[in-house]
Parts: sequence; C-alpha cells; structure tokens
Amino acid sequence: MTAGPNLFEQQARNRRLTVAWLLLFILFFAWLGFGGDLALYLAAASRTEGQVAYRFPWIGLVVTTIAAITAWVSWRKGPQQVLWSTGARELTAPQTFEEKQLVNVVEEMAIAAGLPRPRVYVIDDPDPNAFATGRDASTACIAVTTGLLAAVNREELQGVIAHEMGHVRNLDVRLMTLIASLVGVIVVLSNGMGRMLRGGNWLRGGKGKASGPLAAAALVVFVLWVITLILAPFISRIMAMAVSRDREYLADATGAELTRNPAALASALEKIETHEAPTTHIKEGAAHLCIADPLGRDVNLKEGRLADLLATHPPMVMRITRLKGMAFQQLKAAGQLPAT
Amino acid sequence: MGMIIFIVVLVVVLLWVVGAYNGLIALKNQTVNAWKQIDVQLKRRHDLIPNLVNTVKGSMEFEKDTLQAVIDARSKAMAGGGGVKETAAAEGMLSGALGKLFVVMERYPDLKSSQNVRDLQEELSTTENKIAFARQLYNDVATSYNTKQQQFPTNLVAGLAKAEIAELWEIEDKAERDVPAVDLSLKKPQG
Repeated sequence: MTAGPNLFEQQARNRRLTVAWLLLFILFFAWLGFGGDLALYLAAASRTEGQVAYRFPWIGLVVTTIAAITAWVSWRKGPQQVLWSTGARELTAPQTFEEKQLVNVVEEMAIAAGLPRPRVYVIDDPDPNAFATGRDASTACIAVTTGLLAAVNREELQGVIAHEMGHVRNLDVRLMTLIASLVGVIVVLSNGMGRMLRGGNWLRGGKGKASGPLAAAALVVFVLWVITLILAPFISRIMAMAVSRDREYLADATGAELTRNPAALASALEKIETHEAPTTHIKEGAAHLCIADPLGRDVNLKEGRLADLLATHPPMVMRITRLKGMAFQQLKAAGQLPAT
Repeated sequence: MGMIIFIVVLVVVLLWVVGAYNGLIALKNQTVNAWKQIDVQLKRRHDLIPNLVNTVKGSMEFEKDTLQAVIDARSKAMAGGGGVKETAAAEGMLSGALGKLFVVMERYPDLKSSQNVRDLQEELSTTENKIAFARQLYNDVATSYNTKQQQFPTNLVAGLAKAEIAELWEIEDKAERDVPAVDLSLKKPQG
C-alpha cells in the first residue's frame, strides 16, 4: 500500500464485507434450524431403504417461527432497551454549556449528512465513550458519556459525533440492531434446543434397522448439528464482532468525509484511548455499538488472528493511523492545487 | 409481429422517460431544499448578530471599527437578494468581519469569562459551522443535479423537466478558501 485506501474505496470494501457477513449469518441460522431436520431425514431414509418417510421439516419451521417472533420484538424494542440499560437520559432541554454545545454539534453533523437530527442522550459516566443506535435515520439516537464531554474540545467532539452520524448514515445502526437481535435469538434457541435434546431419543425409534452409509451420514450431520448448537452463542458473537469491526473503519471514514477534518477524530480517539478505565455504565450487550470498547479489553489493542476474532473494535492504533493518513492526503491534495 | 416489437420498444422508451424525468425532479427538489437549509442558518446568523453587538459594545469602546464592520456587513447581507453569487459574496464578507471580531474579543478577558458572551459565541460559531456544512451539502447535491442533466441520455429529458444548471456556492473570500490548518503532530490540544 503506497497511497493507502482512500475514503470511497474503504466505503465500497466495507459494504461488500457487510453483505458477506450477513449472508453467513443467514446460512448459520438456516443450519441451526434445518440441520436437525437433515439428520432426521437421513436417519429416516436409511431405515426405509431409500423411501422417504421424513418429509416435514418441523424442527426448522418451529425454530423459524420462534426466531421470527423473538427477533421482531427485539428489533422493535432493542434501541430503547440499550439506552435504558446504560442509564442514558435524553437531552430535551439542554442546561449547561457543555450540553448546549453537544446538541449544537449534533445539529451541525445532521446538516452535513443531510439527515434529520437524531435524539441526543447523555450517560453519567466519567469514562469517555459514545454510541449510536436506532433502526434508521428517523429513529436514530446518539448517546455520549459526560466523561467524553469533559475530555475533548469542540473540534474533537465534532469528530466523534461525525463518526456516530456515519453509523447512522451508513445504516450501521440498523445492521447492528438487527444483528444484536439475531444473536439474542440464537442464544435463546441454543439453550432451548439443548434442553429438548437431553430429554429425547432422537435418531433411534421407529421401525426398521438403521444401517448403511445413510445412517452414518445421519449420525455425522447430527453430531455436527449438536456441536454447532452448543457453540452457537459463541460463534454468533464472533460474527457480530466481525461486522462491528468493519463498520468502525467505515464510520471513521464517513465521519472524516462529513467534517473534512480527520485529524480531529484521530486526536479524540487518542484521548479516549488514554482513559483505560472501563465504561461501567455500558454493559457487554451494547459494547459493539460504542466508538471505543467500553470494557477496556486488551484484545482490542492487539493485531493478529486471535485478536481479530475476539475484538469488537479494530485496534485503536490502526484507526488513528488510517485517519492521519487521510489528513495527510487532504493536505497533499490541497497543496497540489494551484494557489489562486 | 413487427407491431408487437414496436409497441414493446415504445413502452420501454416511455418508462425510461418517466424514470429519468422523475429522477431529475427529485434532484431538483433536493437542491432547492439544500439551499433552504443554508437560508435558515443565514437568517439565524442575522438574528444573532445584534445580540452579540449589544452585549460586547460596552466593553469594547475602542474597537468601534470592528463592530461597525460587522454591522455593515450584516445589513449588506440582509439587503442581498439576487442569486447564489451575490449571496455568497455578501455572506463571505460577514463571515470575515465576524471572524475578526472574535479575534479581537480574545483580547478582553472580561468578555471571555462572561457566561452570556460565551453562550452567544457558541451560538454564533455553531451557526457558522451549520452554514459551512449546509453549503457543503448544497454543493454536493447541486453538483450531482448538474452532472445528471448534462449526461447522455438524461440530458434528452432535461428540457422537459425544466432543469437548469444550479449555481454552486463558491467561496469568494481568500481567507475562507484557504484550507484550514490540520495539526498532524496531534499534540494534546487544550481542552
């Protein structure tokens, strides 16, 4: 990389990645739902010498129905629940100078993005952090901690809000709310089906002897299915984290596009990073939404395979480096213009 | 057979014309709307300035010229009318005069510590920022509108949609045109 990725390339690349991850999520979901049916189907087929006795994928259908209902509820209620769990209060009538400034900065960024102004929330927590949630631009909410208001200056605050506005404009708020509800559903399903499995004698029973390659295949599929079912909560969280990491880079880039001032966001990130204390008011459930990992986990600081899997956020150093790169390109482009 | 092909082609062409026409109209409305956004913020600035002038007048006896420049620039900008270029020029003057006033105000510690002045200054700087961001959005939208109506084949229906080239808000003021300095060293700025 000599020139470094520019803004639009980064956006395009991130969009492709998101689509890929979402497809993977859907496939994973389908496997959880219909994998058991496949095992039962193969088992039934092996007993009846090729005649298909198991036609109706009832596990899949029941699972899909339960999942759809649960997902719908958390999709509608998710953003409010997240805000409620962090103890955020809405700024309807800003009182202090800092609060007025915050509302002003949010208004500025909404104008820059050409979107309606999101609702503004404040969390009483000394650690600097911020997040955005909602389903689309009209239901979007941006929350910042009082620690952030105290730590950064106006330009840096603008950078942070622009990053959050980037999440709103790129519809990350929708994606993350969707994924959070999917992860929740998968956890519920994993627990529920695990309990069901312990009570039943699944592959045996019925008439005829199970033998031949089909029976073996049934067993393999069944074992794989049970293993993924047990690991599902873990796997789905890893997938959610991967989506979240990609979106952080994209939001940094969009934020820079809105303010045309990548350096301010970079210096805000540096300030946020130096406060190592975890944001106590933000629980694990909302961690992937924040501008910096509120749990203060070390994995987010490292690069490498394991860190890539487990972190909700890309390494701060990488994000700051990329932003500084953009600032440099901006200067270079400005320098190349003939001075008129 | 020939008749059917002719009809199919006609329908396809008609559908395209409708689509292209509606696309142009949507862009035109977006441009008008983006311009209104700027207008709202400009009005807000014009309303705020008398407050600021009245508040600082007492403490800044010696800076009559700076204050007068702001007042003059404001009335010129409000009288304005005219097209994008005239508005841009008048508002650019006002931005310059206000910037100078803010610099001079730094020399008066009494003013800086007053809560009232601090609030007013925040209101004015957010309005300045909103004007800048609204202008940025307007220029982006207007550019895509202009490009669309000039590009083939959309330019064929441009006349039908009464599309005209939207004037961009060029930055006239030399000081404003200069790219703001970006601090690459990222030393800790004073919070």
